[in-house]
Amino acid sequence: MSRQNTLLYLDGVSVSFDGFRAINDLSMVITHGEMRAIIGPNGAGKTTMMDIITGKTRPDSGEVFFNGVVDLTAEDEASIAELGIGRKFQKPTVFESHTVWDNLELALKAPRGPFATLFHMISGAEKTRIEDLLTLIRLGDKRDELAANLSHGQKQWLEIGMLLAQDPKLLLVDEPAAGMTDAETMETAELLKDIAKTHSVVVVEHDMTFIRALGVKVTCLAEGSVLAEGSLDHVSADERVIEVYLGR
Amino acid sequence: MMTSYLFRTLDAKAGVFIAILLAVILLVPALNILIAPDNFFHVPNYAVTLMGKYLTYALLALSVDLVWGFCGILSLGHGAFFALGGYAMGMYLMRQIGTRGVYGDPTLPDFMVFLNWQELPWYWYGFDMAWFAFLMVMIAPGILAFVFGWFAFRSRVTGVYLSIITQALTYALLLAFFRNDMGFGGNNGLTDFKDILGFDIQASSTRAGLFVASGLALLVCFLICRYVTKSKLGKVLVAVRDAESRTRFLGYRVEYYKLFVWVLSAMMAGIAGALYVPQVGIINPGEFAPANSIEVVIWVAVGGRGTLIGAVLGAVLVNFAKTWFTAALPDVWLFALGALFVVVTLFLPKGILGTIGDGWTALRQRRVSSNAQAGGGKPPKTPPTSPAAAANVDPQPAE
Repeated sequence: MSRQNTLLYLDGVSVSFDGFRAINDLSMVITHGEMRAIIGPNGAGKTTMMDIITGKTRPDSGEVFFNGVVDLTAEDEASIAELGIGRKFQKPTVFESHTVWDNLELALKAPRGPFATLFHMISGAEKTRIEDLLTLIRLGDKRDELAANLSHGQKQWLEIGMLLAQDPKLLLVDEPAAGMTDAETMETAELLKDIAKTHSVVVVEHDMTFIRALGVKVTCLAEGSVLAEGSLDHVSADERVIEVYLGR
Repeated sequence: MMTSYLFRTLDAKAGVFIAILLAVILLVPALNILIAPDNFFHVPNYAVTLMGKYLTYALLALSVDLVWGFCGILSLGHGAFFALGGYAMGMYLMRQIGTRGVYGDPTLPDFMVFLNWQELPWYWYGFDMAWFAFLMVMIAPGILAFVFGWFAFRSRVTGVYLSIITQALTYALLLAFFRNDMGFGGNNGLTDFKDILGFDIQASSTRAGLFVASGLALLVCFLICRYVTKSKLGKVLVAVRDAESRTRFLGYRVEYYKLFVWVLSAMMAGIAGALYVPQVGIINPGEFAPANSIEVVIWVAVGGRGTLIGAVLGAVLVNFAKTWFTAALPDVWLFALGALFVVVTLFLPKGILGTIGDGWTALRQRRVSSNAQAGGGKPPKTPPTSPAAAANVDPQPAE
């Protein structure tokens, strides 16, 4: 596939920390509108890959392109977020001393400069958008609650809401179901499938039931490179995947 | 539109604060000038100057609270900006002396004549004009803060490392200003001021005027801080304080936000220093002493960081205590200050105002729930639901 038609293009990416190769010659392609699940054992480089895509970590070698043309290795976190890549962290990271409403307002797509925000007045359209998001993430009655007082699952949902508020082209979602009950996990899967209708999504997850509920193409990482790629059935039948990850 | 926004964000607490401050600004000079000296209600001259000094300290504390309480930048060097503003004002006051100095030189201040300097150094040009000097009061600290912040924030120096660098900054300036070659009067600093804007600096009416100016400066800066912290920018600052990297991933350039608030804060500290100098009558390198800057942080911590009003309260209370202690029990003061800091850190982590605020909220909630238990009657007061009301919630510092 030529680079021009891809949304996210990683080719031969490597990075090492103090001699440890966290990512080793990793190549992967995400197309427009695709949802992709990423699995792999601990230390496979899943989070490091997200760090590279979002500009937190610079790769030692390899190419990372967004939309086929933008070289992400030359951009910093803020400009990559502006380009339209949103990220949800493994540990839910919301602004604890802000209300749920303020968390969403801060995430909402709007000019990001200090003077733009200093004189910013919230518009009717923005209020409607926040209302819609509150309904979507089911926190409508918690809007004036400080984010610190939310339950773990609610924080996960709030963070997904903040991600959507940014209106990104690509969402990187790291372990959205971690620490959730089974029912919440299924609801989250439904939510992500909904989101995937209008956005491209990359989900990292350990929960195989969750991955199965998503029903999308799966990439298994191990030791910093792609071990297997394809449908969940195809990947989970792979001998090497069973060896390093699923277990016998 | 902006002013209406500002007034909407003023809650009861801020209203009370502004009312008290306005009353003080009006009453103190009135009781000083209009009431006969033998009357019980007369405020003596020394008290006016003393309280004026407290107000400038309060403004300095306010500027520290803006960066520390809202953006998490613990500055241990804000005394540097205060002193720079003070020096800018001192230079103006020196030029106003004219031929009345000991050596009677029309342009050169006494200390330069004493050092056998033949002409005024270039950086003293313009300080004979009030408007230029008053502009420099803000611009000089602002430029230093901008250059310092540009490098520090871009390199993502944070936390304790940044605090240490700010401490080094003020110490370096202390050493530099001690040198006679710097052209700022060396060890002795700038003093022997005669008049300001044509008014005799010793006259009680001038003193009262300086008091009013200090009060008004505090009021205006309070309103600016209030607007900034209640705006969306203020919310971004708190976001940076609580989860800096998350803010970056949302697309905010954290370094620009820090730089903005840092420079704004430094300018306010500079104004505080400029109003301080004519009231105490001297500025010398001692003002750069690292201990001074640390003391300011204690004032803010005592009053309650991240509350603005708390910073003012803390500065006035601690300095009042300092005045009392250093007169009554001079040996005990430093122990008392140390003990105060320990007690506040251990038992009042949110400071006086934060603790009162918490108690108030708890009391109201108890009343609401007991109302609800009483059943029927009045429906319990529901928490505000509109976003405008949500914006009124005071950000509480997260520990």
